[in-house]
Amino acid sequence: MTDEFNLSPIQLDALREIGNIGAGNSATALSQIINKRIDMNVPKVAFIPIEDVPDLVGGPDTIVVGIFLRVYGKAPSNILFLMPQHSAFYLVDALMGRPHGTTKALDEMDQSALMEIGNILSGAYLNAFFNFTHISMLPSIPALAMDMAGAILNVVLVQLGQMGDQAMVIETEFLAEDEGINGHFFLVPDPGSLGTLIKAVGVE
Amino acid sequence: MADLIKVGMADYKVGRSPSTLISYGLGSCIGVSLYDPQTKIGGLLHIMLPDSTQARASDNPAKFADTGIPLMLNDVIALGASKSRLVAKLAGGAQMFAFANATDIMRVGNRNAEAVKQILRRNGIKVIAEDTGGNYGRTVQIDLNNGAYKVKTIDRGEKEI
Repeated sequence: MTDEFNLSPIQLDALREIGNIGAGNSATALSQIINKRIDMNVPKVAFIPIEDVPDLVGGPDTIVVGIFLRVYGKAPSNILFLMPQHSAFYLVDALMGRPHGTTKALDEMDQSALMEIGNILSGAYLNAFFNFTHISMLPSIPALAMDMAGAILNVVLVQLGQMGDQAMVIETEFLAEDEGINGHFFLVPDPGSLGTLIKAVGVE
Repeated sequence: MADLIKVGMADYKVGRSPSTLISYGLGSCIGVSLYDPQTKIGGLLHIMLPDSTQARASDNPAKFADTGIPLMLNDVIALGASKSRLVAKLAGGAQMFAFANATDIMRVGNRNAEAVKQILRRNGIKVIAEDTGGNYGRTVQIDLNNGAYKVKTIDRGEKEI
């Protein structure tokens, strides 16, 4: 059993489309919560050498806020929502109804609000997956950390690293209309889960 | 200006004075340095996992403590360092997210630190400084002029070990 599949272009497309709908759901949810338009790009679906993953979010020593959820079920995966620090502060201001620029550090209440956002985004995202695959994917309670991107990504990459040198990531970038928020949403299936997902999509 | 050599994740570099070796954003990973104070030759290795027993043949050996350390050791000796003078320092091995039901894999930082120390001991290399554990990321660098090992964090400042 190898996890470095040779996915056909059609299979990649299928995953991208599911990612697209999932991200669309999430973006809509986020947009409704903060009452701003949220744009997103077409998801990237790719195998990336593990050591290159931190570069997707600005390099390993960029300060980011990461919200991490473990996904249980038939296709165990990890979800990581990464935002640059200033985006997290902006989002907290919007959520708490404070003037933009108020938040300079995250207190317990702020962290809790951000984790709830992680929860909502993941729920919306996984719903789309369920609609396509009929594999139920249950997210754990979220955990939050503000630190270097490399250090936070370690959590996910270590699990993949046990099995291979490549990370399969489905990644979407969110952007608010005034560019106050940008975030990266990663769904990283465990080695082995990818096969289950592909099979469930029914694309040969 | 002395050159700064970057060491990526699951990678290692060796060099000599006046270079500085640096590795950014370690979480549960560990930055292991070797240094020979007389020849001013040293190396820095960024490992992700403790052992390669489950690895496949095609895997990158610098990813694991048990295969990466001997690799770096050979290279610093080939460059002219003396094994008997080599000393090691290490930092990293954090647990970034606290989960009530943390699985083994989430405590990998701890296991990494243990594995690194054990393998260094087996190779007869003394660990003279260590900064491991916690729940925060680290950027580490070793200055090959004097063997100073700097650990930078975001909220906890910078220290030299």
